Amino acid sequence: MRWGFVLSEIRQGLRRNMSMVISVILVTFVSMTFVGTALVLQLQIGQMKNYWYDRAQVAVYLCDAISPQTVCPQGESSPDVKAAVEAKLKSPTLKPYIQNYYFENHEQAYKQFQQQFKGNAVAKYVTANQLNETFWVKLKNANDGEIITESFTGQAGVEQVRDQRTYLDQIFSILNAASLTAISIAALMLVSAALLISTTIRLSAFSRRRELGIMRLVGASNFFIQLPFVLEGVVAATVGSLLAVGTVTGLVQFFVQGFLAQQLPFTSFVGIGDALLVAPVLVLAGMLLAWFASLFAIRRYLRI
Amino acid sequence: MIRIENVTKQYPGNPRPALDNVTLEVEKGDFVFLVGASGSGKSSLMRLMLREDVPTHGSVHVLGDNLATISSRRVPFFRRKLGVVFQDFRLLPNKTVAENIAFSLEVIGKSRGLIETAVPDVLGLVGLEGKADRLPNELSGGEQQRVALARAIVNKPAILLADEPTGNLDPATSQGIMAVIDRINQAGTTVIMATHDKSIVNQMQRRVVELSGGVIIRDQRSGGYEVKA
Repeated sequence: MRWGFVLSEIRQGLRRNMSMVISVILVTFVSMTFVGTALVLQLQIGQMKNYWYDRAQVAVYLCDAISPQTVCPQGESSPDVKAAVEAKLKSPTLKPYIQNYYFENHEQAYKQFQQQFKGNAVAKYVTANQLNETFWVKLKNANDGEIITESFTGQAGVEQVRDQRTYLDQIFSILNAASLTAISIAALMLVSAALLISTTIRLSAFSRRRELGIMRLVGASNFFIQLPFVLEGVVAATVGSLLAVGTVTGLVQFFVQGFLAQQLPFTSFVGIGDALLVAPVLVLAGMLLAWFASLFAIRRYLRI
Repeated sequence: MIRIENVTKQYPGNPRPALDNVTLEVEKGDFVFLVGASGSGKSSLMRLMLREDVPTHGSVHVLGDNLATISSRRVPFFRRKLGVVFQDFRLLPNKTVAENIAFSLEVIGKSRGLIETAVPDVLGLVGLEGKADRLPNELSGGEQQRVALARAIVNKPAILLADEPTGNLDPATSQGIMAVIDRINQAGTTVIMATHDKSIVNQMQRRVVELSGGVIIRDQRSGGYEVKA
C-alpha cells in the first residue's frame, strides 16, 4: 500500500473542495453537539435519579385538627391510630419492602420546616399544629411506593399518602423531553450531514473522474480507489466531531459546573468525567457516519 | 490465451445482438487486427475481453480467467495483466509524461524503487527519451499515443488491447506507432488491435479477423484489410 500516495490524494481532494469540506465540518459539528448534549443530559438524569431516588421517601400524613372534615371526620389522630399505622408498617406484608421508617411529631415537623424555609416569610406564620404528624417510610426499592400508598390511603386517621417520587418524576419527564428534543434535532442534522458528505464526495469523485477511469483501467483495487475519498469524508467529519467534543466539554465545564453547580449547590451535576465519556462516542459516530456516507457516494464510480 | 466461445452480446433495448454467436481463439504472441465497419461489434468484443461487459450467452476466457464468472473483487487483478490504449490517449493533463506512467504503477501499489527504474526504461522503449518532464499538451498526437502505450506496457502485460490507436493520427505518425506496437509484439506480448486503417493492415500482413453485423465473416492468417478478389 502506497500511503504517501493516498495521503497526497486526500490532501488534494480536501483542498479542491474547500468550501464543501468546511460545510461538512460545520454540519457535523452542529449535529454532534446536539447528540453530545442529549447524551450528557441523559447522564445528568441518570445521576439525579440515583441521587434522589435514594433519598425519596413515602410520607404517611396523619390527620390533625385542621385537616378537612371529609377525610378526617374525627379530627386529630389518636395514639391508637398511630399504633395501628405502626403495626401495619411492621406487619409481615409490608416489612419486606421497607428499609426503615420514622415518626415525626408536630414539634419535629415544625423544626424541620423552620430550617427548610429559613428566611422565608412563610416560616413566621406557620405554627406547629398546622403541620401534620408524619410517618416517613424509606423503601428498599424506590419503585414500590405504590404498595405503601395503597395500604394506607383511606385508612382512618390518615389524611394523605404521598410518594416523593411523583414530584421527582415530573422533573425527570421535563428533562427527558429536553433530551428527546435534542435527539430529534440531532437526527435531522445527522441526515443532512450524511447527505452533505455524500454530495461532497460525489463532487470530489466527479472532479477526479479521469483519474478514476485510469485507475480502474490499469487494475487499481476498489479498496485503493475508494480509500482517498472515504478518508476525505472521514477527516472532515472527524474535525467536526472534535469541535463538538470541545463544545460539549466546554458546556459542562463552564455552564454546568461553573454556573449551575454554583447556583444549585445541593444538586449533583455531570462533570468533566461525564463529558469525556461522551467524547469518544461522538468522534466514533462522526467517523462511522462519514465512512458509510462516502462509501455510498463513491459506489457509483466503481461499477466495473 | 484468449478463448471466446459462442458469445452473444445483446444490449437492452436493441433487438439485434451486437455480437452473434462469436467464437475466436488467440494464441500467445499473436498479433490480431479486428476490422469491420462501425457497429460491426469490434468494440463490444474488446469490452468483453477487458471485462467491461459480460456476455449475454457464451464464455470468455482470458489468461486463465473465466470472465463470465470472475468475482468483481478479482477484476482489478485480472486487468493488471492487460494493457489498453485508446484512440483518445486518455492521459492526465495535469501530470507530466513520467507522472502519467508512474501513476498507473502507484495505484496498483508498486514500490517507488521499481517505478524509478521502470519509467525511464519504458520511455526508451517507446522512443520518448528526454520527454519525461513534458506535459501532455506540449506533445504531438503521436507522442501522446506513445505515452499511452508506455503506460499500457509498463507493468509488462501479457496482452495489449489497442482500440483504434492510430485513429487520430496522420499516416506518417501512425507508422511510428505501429513500429512501437510491433516491437511490443516481438517481445512476446499478444496484441489485439481494432482498426479502420486499411494501409496499416495491408502493410503488416498479420492475422485479420473481420466482423460484420456481430458475426465473424473472415479469420485469415497474414491477411489484408479486405479480401483480395
